[in-house]
Order: sequence, then structure tokens, then C-alpha cells
Amino acid sequence: MKRSLVAWVFVGPALIVLGVFFGLPVFAALLLSLTDFDLYALADWRNLRFVGFGNYIELLQTPLFWKSLGNTFYFVIVGVPLSIAVSLGAALLLNAPVARFRAFFRTALFAPVVTTLVAVAVIWRYLFHSSYGLVNWALGHVGIAPIDWLGDPQWAMPTIILLAVWKNFGYNMVIFLAGLQAIPQDLYEAARIDGASRRRQFWHITLPMLGPVLMVVGVITVAGYFQLFAEPYVMTRGDPLQSTVSVLYFMFEEGFRWWNLGRASAVAFLLFLIILAITAAMMRFGRKKGMV
Amino acid sequence: MRLIAVVLCVVIGLTACRRVDDRVTIRFWAMGREAEVVGELIPQFEREHPGLRVELQQIPWTAAHEKLLTAYAADALPDICQLGNTWVPEFAELNALEPLQPYVDASGIVDQKDYFEGIWDTNVVDGRLYGVPWYVDTRLMFYRKDLLAAAGYDHPPKTWAEWSAAMTAIKRQRGKDTYAILLPLNEFEQLLSLALQQDDPLLRDGRSNLDSPGFRRALGFYAGMFEQGLAPPMSETQISNVWDEFFNGMFVFYVSGPWNIREFRKRAPAHLKDAWGTAPLPGPDGLGAGIAGGTSLVLFRDSPRKAAAWKFVEFLSRPEIQQKFHAEIGDLPPRRSTWEHPELRADPYAAAFRDQLERVKPTPKVLEWERVVQEMRLTSERVVRGGQSQDDAVRALDASVDALLEKRRWVESQRVARMKAAPSESAP
Repeated sequence: MKRSLVAWVFVGPALIVLGVFFGLPVFAALLLSLTDFDLYALADWRNLRFVGFGNYIELLQTPLFWKSLGNTFYFVIVGVPLSIAVSLGAALLLNAPVARFRAFFRTALFAPVVTTLVAVAVIWRYLFHSSYGLVNWALGHVGIAPIDWLGDPQWAMPTIILLAVWKNFGYNMVIFLAGLQAIPQDLYEAARIDGASRRRQFWHITLPMLGPVLMVVGVITVAGYFQLFAEPYVMTRGDPLQSTVSVLYFMFEEGFRWWNLGRASAVAFLLFLIILAITAAMMRFGRKKGMV
Repeated sequence: MRLIAVVLCVVIGLTACRRVDDRVTIRFWAMGREAEVVGELIPQFEREHPGLRVELQQIPWTAAHEKLLTAYAADALPDICQLGNTWVPEFAELNALEPLQPYVDASGIVDQKDYFEGIWDTNVVDGRLYGVPWYVDTRLMFYRKDLLAAAGYDHPPKTWAEWSAAMTAIKRQRGKDTYAILLPLNEFEQLLSLALQQDDPLLRDGRSNLDSPGFRRALGFYAGMFEQGLAPPMSETQISNVWDEFFNGMFVFYVSGPWNIREFRKRAPAHLKDAWGTAPLPGPDGLGAGIAGGTSLVLFRDSPRKAAAWKFVEFLSRPEIQQKFHAEIGDLPPRRSTWEHPELRADPYAAAFRDQLERVKPTPKVLEWERVVQEMRLTSERVVRGGQSQDDAVRALDASVDALLEKRRWVESQRVARMKAAPSESAP
């Protein structure tokens, strides 16, 4: 009895903080999503109506919601594997026995993570400018016609993906690096004695030993990439032709441009359910494969 | 002795400080380029009113709406603010604005009769005045005089029929890859201008009236220009440089706003320096209406310094100050007497705007308006780019705008019901 009291004392502060700053707002948002809270309600509480699941039903019939969901899936499906591949590749390079200036490169590759997105976006907009950009200038030298990176609906999302991957891969790289360094060297020694090639060492030692780390990185990255917002907000504002409107960007527009907080909360909850379902499926898959 | 001197200095210093604190600080929020320029006028105001100080905060347009609403929710609104005039109904609905009629009645400077009716009217919501126009923004025609003359017309068109005929002649004469007119698809103002020229109101009794013959006529005329190849189906970003293309002769007419006078002047090549002009918008029969855009100066209801803030409104409304402002930035003044200034009268490009301002019309005053025009723009894009039939597009637009206004109708009916239940409680 006394022991459990001590336990409560220890977890108490954390529970209170979580309850006040996480549980309560989430619960309030859930209630809000069942109402039509908007400017009229802001002006006068009597203008608030309880609409049940009306917001959700209406959302599922809104073309822009589906479009934003499609854009977000595009971003996640292309961006997450790319991001994991790049961070794993960078971690392998840094961990290679022949690597020099390891500390310098580790810092340099991690730097994008800690830079301010808004400042970075200014530079990227210059780089990807259709007529004055460095990227098109370089492509011009190999005979590729200029691409309107941020103005063409086909290219805007790939550009956003590139920016997001470049900005975030350093974080996962550090986690992978830690995972790589935790793999016992004698496994590789034994493999070398047996005559295993580099590639087979990677497939049969490195990857399986990294399993749990891969799982964690995968779940965190998927959950993070579903919440795409800042990149399109600073780069394209959802344009061109709404091709970079993500679910969160859609929520932001509903909530803070049109001030339909009821609908915006409903969007947030739908996104929450989607992320929950997908990460839960990933965890199940991982457990089956014995990765967790 | 030195000690006394020091003490004296400190005392003097403190009183000096207190004198500074004595001045009443008016908090003023302004947006965009206007915010940069208005700062240069403030010293003159402070010289004229030694007891007042203006604290200017510059807000970018892209963040203005969010910031104002957030400030409203947090009770942190300033004393006076520059407000886009389509936002006035919204903040009036929120009961955030101070009714200004008593101030205007007592004022020797703000004279309602001197203002263009259409622009003054944008500030009147349900019969109450909530703002004083600061500058006007409308759309009219920029055109190439030489190319129009080459097609056989010595004056710009005054009616839709003349306009159509001129455009067809230009297109026939100039042929492929050139167009008669540029109507960028990313802007709603062109279609809205044509729609405002109709007798049918855009909204009626809290419902959409976009199904009316008037709006159909406007959309038909607008879409027709694309169908006949008179206008390129492009948005502004697809044309690398609108001004260069205008002087290259890619198009002859361009419907745009006052800021472009300055741009065209700056960018006109030497041999085409006098080859362009501005003209009021043609209407279905005779010169037509235009949008009454622009911004107003408003006072917030909760401000404790409304009297002082009103002095600043009066200062910015003085014709000679408006003229200075115009010279600096090119915004169109909303008062007729400002237009009497020699510099404005001598400007041939501004004359068309002066003429158009007599015929500007406010858009419906509902807080959903910004969403309505977004829907309108998407509709025109669907018709022009997506090949949707005009009839389908109009019906879809009408239904979606009607749905947007559902809450408004409900709130209105509640208000009426409450008034019936308790006649003493009046609507805000």
C-alpha cells in the first residue's frame, strides 16, 4: 500500500502535466468537433449548435479533404522510405571504418535538423526558382529544360518531399548511428572468417540487428510525416492547384483562416485515427517479425 | 555643489520622463505597404497634437486576418486599425467595432458627401456606420492604344457589345499566340466585376442568388472570352512577366488595379511610352460598375482611447494628407476633394479610375463573403479549364454558397426569435 503511494507520488507530477496540457485539450477538441463552433459562436455563445457527427460526415463529402488526404499519403509513401534510406545510408557511411573527420560530418549532416525552417525555406525558394534558381541552372548544363519546381502541380510535392527529407534525415541518422555502434564487432569478424561479402554482412547482420531501431524510427517518422504542415506553409501555401495541401494544412485553413473550429477539430481527430491505425498496424507487423 | 547638480539633473530627467509618459499612446495596426508609408506621416500628426503619440504596428497582409481574430479572442485589439472593407461586416458581426456615425456628425473634417457613395457604403452594415474609407481599390482596363487603333478603334469600348467587337477584330487581325485580353484565372475580381454590373443582387434574403439570369450573363460573357480564344486560360504565375508581355503585344486589354499604373510607367519601353492607357470598365449597356475594394479605418469598441484615435482618423482623412499618401504609394483616395489636387487632376492614367470610382458597388456584407468569392473563382476555373458546362457550374456554385450561408440564416432566425421573446433586448 505504502509502496504504491510512493509510486503515485513519483508519477503524479507527470500525470498532472499530461492531464492538464494534453488530456484536457484533447478532450475539449473532441467536444468542439461535435459542435459547429465558428465566428458566430465566438461573437455569442448562444450561436453554438451541437451537430453530433455532422462535421465528420460533411468532411467525408468534401473533395478538398480527400485531396489533402491523397497529398499527405503521397508525401508519406514517398517521403518515409526515402528519408529512412538516406539516414541509414548516411549512418553507414559515418560508421564505416575508413571514414575520416567523423565528428565533423556527423555535425554537418545533423545541422539541417536544428536550423530554422523559415530561414531554410527562403534559401530553398531561391534554389528552386524557375528562372534564377541554382537547381535549374545546373540542370541546364546537362541539357534539361527548366522545371517550375514550386509552380507546377506535378513538381511541387516532390520538391516539398526533398526539403522535408533533407531537413529531417539527420535526426534518424543519429539514432541509426547509435544502433550501428551497438552491434558487436565479433559478428562481423565471424562473418569475414566465413568469407561473407560486404553486402551479405549488411543483409544478414546489420539489418536484423537494427530491427528494433528500424521499427522505432519507422513509427516515429510515419507519425511525423503524416503531420506535414510547416513545409508547404512556408514554401507554397498549398498552391499550385491545391497540390501541396496536406491534411494539417487543410485543418489550419478551416480553423484559422475560416475560423470553423468545429470542423477543424474534426479534421484533427480523423487524422489522429488514421495515424493511430497505421502505426498500430506497423507495430503488429513488427511484433510478428520479432522486431520489437 | 556637484551633488546638487546631479540631484537636479536626475529630477529634471525624471520629470522629462514623466512628460513623455503623459502623452496618450494610440495603438495603430496597419498592413502591407501602407503600413510602411503611413509611418512617415505620423511625425506631422504628433507635432499637431503634442499630447498624443501613435504606436504603429506593421502586419503583413497574409497574417492580418488571423492576427485580428486572435487578438479579438484574447481582448488584445488595438485602438485603431486599417481593415479591408470586406472584413468590416465580419468584425461588426463580432460586435468589435465602434459605430462611427456620432463621430462623423461632430466632425469638421470627415464629410460623408465628399466620399464616393459606393465606397462609403461598404462601411455601413445593417444601417450602421463602422468605418471611414482610407483608400479605394477597384479594377478597370489597361489597354494598348496603338494596337486598338490598328484594329480600327479610336476609343476604348463603353459597352459589352463594343468590347466584344473590338476584341474579335483584334484577335482576327493579330492571329495566333496573341490574345485580345488577359483575365488571370487565379483572380476572382474580373468575374466579380462583371457580376456586379448586373441588376440582380449576388445574394438575396440570406440566400445565394448566383442562379439568377444576371450572374449567368456575367459568367457567360466571361467564359465566352476564353471559348472564343480571346483570352488565354492562364493564371498570372504562368505568364513569366505580365508587364513585358503587355508591351510585347501578347494581349491588348488587361483588367487590373491601380498599383499597376506605377508598374506600367516604370516598365514601358521608350517607344511605347505613350502607347498605353487606362479606361473604365464597359458594362452591359454603357459604362459599368466596378468593385468597391480598399480599406477603411475603424475604431475598436473596447478601446479606452477612442476620442484620441478618432483624431488620428481625421488626420488621415484630410485631403492634403491623402494626397501626400497617394503621391507616396499610388493608392486611390476615396474623397472627391482630394482628386481636385492639381497633381491628381493632371494624371491621365488616374482619370479613368476617378471616373470608375463614381460607379463602384459594394459586395454583399456577410462575413462568409471571402469564402463565397473563393467558390466563385474555383467555379470559373472549372468552366474555363475543366470544361464543365456553365449551367452545371452555376447550379453547383449556387448550392455551395447557399450551404455556406446556412449558419447565417439560422443565427438570423434565432435573433428574430429572441427579439420576439424579449422585445427590450435589441440585436447588437
